Amino acid sequence: MNRPSRRGFLATGAAVAGALLVGVEPARGAGARATFAPNAFIRIDPANRVTLIIPQEEMGQGVYTALSQLLADELDASLAQVAVEAAPPNDALYGGPKSHMQSTGGSTSIRNFYTGLRQAGANARAMLVQAAASQWKVDPAACRTADGEVLHDASGRRLTYGTLAARANAIKLAGNAPLKDAKALRLIGRPVKRLDAPDKVTGRAEYGIDVMAGRIRVATLAQSPTVGGKVRHVDPAPALALPGVRQVVVLDDVVAVVGDHMWAAQKGLAALAIDWAPGANGAIGSAEIWGQLRRESARKGVIANSVGDADSALGQGSRIDAVYEMPLLAHATMEPLNVVVHCSPGKCELWTGTQVQTRAQKAAAAAAGLQPEQVVLNNHMLGGGFGRRLDTDMITVAVRIAKQVKGPVKIVWSREEDMRHDVYRPAYRNVMAGSVRDGRIQGWTHRIAAASVSLRMSGKPLVGGLDKGSVDGATELVYDIPNQRVEYVHVEPRAVNVGYWRGVGPNNCVFAIESLVDELAHAAGKDPVAFRLAMMGKSPRAAGVLRLAAAKAGWGSPLGHRVGRGVCVQNVFGSYVAAVCEVEVDDHGDVRVRRYVAAVDCGLVVNPDTVVAQIQGGLIFGLTAALHGDITVRNGRVQQGNFNDYRMLRIHEAPAIDVHLVRSDAPPGGIGEPGVSASTPSLVNAIAAATGIRLRRLPIDRDILAGRKRA
Amino acid sequence: MKADLTVNRRSYSVNAPEDMPLLWVLRDILGLSGTKYGCGMAQCGACTVHVDGKPIRSCVLPWARVGGREVTTIEGVDATPAGKKVQRAWLDLEVVQCGYCQSGQIMSASALLARRPSPSDADIDAAMAGNICRCGTYVRIRAAIKRAASAAPRP
Repeated sequence: MNRPSRRGFLATGAAVAGALLVGVEPARGAGARATFAPNAFIRIDPANRVTLIIPQEEMGQGVYTALSQLLADELDASLAQVAVEAAPPNDALYGGPKSHMQSTGGSTSIRNFYTGLRQAGANARAMLVQAAASQWKVDPAACRTADGEVLHDASGRRLTYGTLAARANAIKLAGNAPLKDAKALRLIGRPVKRLDAPDKVTGRAEYGIDVMAGRIRVATLAQSPTVGGKVRHVDPAPALALPGVRQVVVLDDVVAVVGDHMWAAQKGLAALAIDWAPGANGAIGSAEIWGQLRRESARKGVIANSVGDADSALGQGSRIDAVYEMPLLAHATMEPLNVVVHCSPGKCELWTGTQVQTRAQKAAAAAAGLQPEQVVLNNHMLGGGFGRRLDTDMITVAVRIAKQVKGPVKIVWSREEDMRHDVYRPAYRNVMAGSVRDGRIQGWTHRIAAASVSLRMSGKPLVGGLDKGSVDGATELVYDIPNQRVEYVHVEPRAVNVGYWRGVGPNNCVFAIESLVDELAHAAGKDPVAFRLAMMGKSPRAAGVLRLAAAKAGWGSPLGHRVGRGVCVQNVFGSYVAAVCEVEVDDHGDVRVRRYVAAVDCGLVVNPDTVVAQIQGGLIFGLTAALHGDITVRNGRVQQGNFNDYRMLRIHEAPAIDVHLVRSDAPPGGIGEPGVSASTPSLVNAIAAATGIRLRRLPIDRDILAGRKRA
Repeated sequence: MKADLTVNRRSYSVNAPEDMPLLWVLRDILGLSGTKYGCGMAQCGACTVHVDGKPIRSCVLPWARVGGREVTTIEGVDATPAGKKVQRAWLDLEVVQCGYCQSGQIMSASALLARRPSPSDADIDAAMAGNICRCGTYVRIRAAIKRAASAAPRP
């Protein structure tokens, strides 16, 4: 795969702008447009190089490969002959169909681009066929295409796409070319090998942090340890006295040290005694954050969904009231935040990995005091996104620092700085009640209290006070419940900023919903799978994955002492997932997950192996948080800083995972996040089955499971 | 401090502070960026390289303490039989996702296989528990090590 070089980006930018195409192919002369670029996603040059321009960011989810499959299949190019290039920032060309913004998040890439990229490939192919047919003076219908060539079997003639590029430019299609019949697809639906893997197993893949390694200065930074704090005083002398330290940059809320390498920058920063004024958040801790959330969740919220008469229905049958809580979480991408910036008069160039190319460009422009057109953004693959790089705070800080530095500088966050200045997954509190009569849930209320990420990200007030993202997964249940009410209570975040975190709203909602459904099933003396299935008459796809997961997991077969199975089912991000978790809990309260079995119906599949990988990874991501994840705050400062106190799941704790895909012709669903939201409810339900102890708050509390503390 | 450092069978003349971790010498002086920074305190394993064939966390090893020993990084591990097989197995089973931790994973796995050609699950746990993968590729890492082991010649 071609690495997106700076030159590649400039050429792409020129190609999509159209007018400058001749300029990047100077040898071809001014008259003919020799490079065929029928749309924003495909470029074919006379040397028969086929370049696919991928609008979405590769962060491990396999999007370079999957989107290439869509284009190349319809184009009839083999993946071996294509090069993949990251699209430059351009909302008009590369924005999602709904958001109109270039963004890789919310498990939307395949959903947003499935049809559009196939169409782009099909149209380009049709133009190439017409070009060949007109050159040969034959009927286009008598031509076929394969592996980047047009062939006329009757005469045995063939031409490469590259040869046809100039002529194809002149072709005007009357309308969209037809898409391939499902049977004719060669790449879509197949477990094609990842295009990015070879470079990633040899160390050649270039992440943002690797740009110009060994050739430019490196800076590391200390931001105010409290949100809203300022630098009161700092004497740069101790840093400047150290070998390799070149500069100390002091901004009102940030201190950065520039050195010949990261070690000099780190030593320099450590040598500084920075006096911070903590600001308004300096006295806030976790107790205040949770106290506020618990207080405010007692009030009525904005109605997100209301069906029937939930309050009356709760008065009939057997009722359970329950509160479920989820903690603040950090993203902890393996690649710490970093941005290379080169500010010069009238220009700012960046090399980094971002999930939001155009937002990053705008943030850089604002920080540099330039227009977005004056900012060149070179996007790189991400060493993990998970939503962290949907934000642009790191771009803003980096440009502010780099404005003070001559020449290019690589600004690298230490792990501690990354973890303590995250935009955290909000803490959630779910106030719920449900009632069961005749074996079915009749009444259901769910109040979600949380900070709103969209409020902070968009800067716009919530429409009607409702944060739709926070109730995602709660308003359209897979169960047929005649009386239900879902509310949202907005709670201002304190002391920390909040951000999107892989699985977003559904992580919380599915955890709470599937926990309460399980509690209601047990209270009614029903089998949790049968109880759910009895209410899923209107959700056949949900019932399908639930039955499949239960069957594959051996649901109902006997298990040992303090071993249990738990189940959950969900319809989120356009995909249906059921999971069965098998867990053992020892007398010390230690939890060992033995196995997850997941069944997935995500509609049409582009790359089945990627779907399996995303479910495997999503389950581990969610399990990591459920077992270990808890960001706490003291005196306005996040207490966790590295992997010793913000633990990640490790290989010896990782369960076996079986993933079963359901064949489906439904429109494609998202797959990057559903595994995360499925991991947690199935886990706590399994723990309840193993121990009889119901955990309503995450992360799991070993003291409760060991009987040292009450639930 | 000035000294020679042998990396991937090539000798470099390095001038760097004595206490500078090998990680930063590799990345910020020699420009060998395949070895990754993840935590700086030997918690995540992203910086794993071999020193005389043994896996070490380069983020906490001062480069001056390497001395005349041979450093092997992800860029050179394909020159070792175990490294080559591990890389092959990683591709065959599509282990990588974001890929950032995988240099370290591959270095730990290839050191394990060089030492123990047919590792048990417990051996894999012991050798790989120091390497975090945030994308959660552990299931495939385990399978790929076993696949590489089955392809490895017996000593």
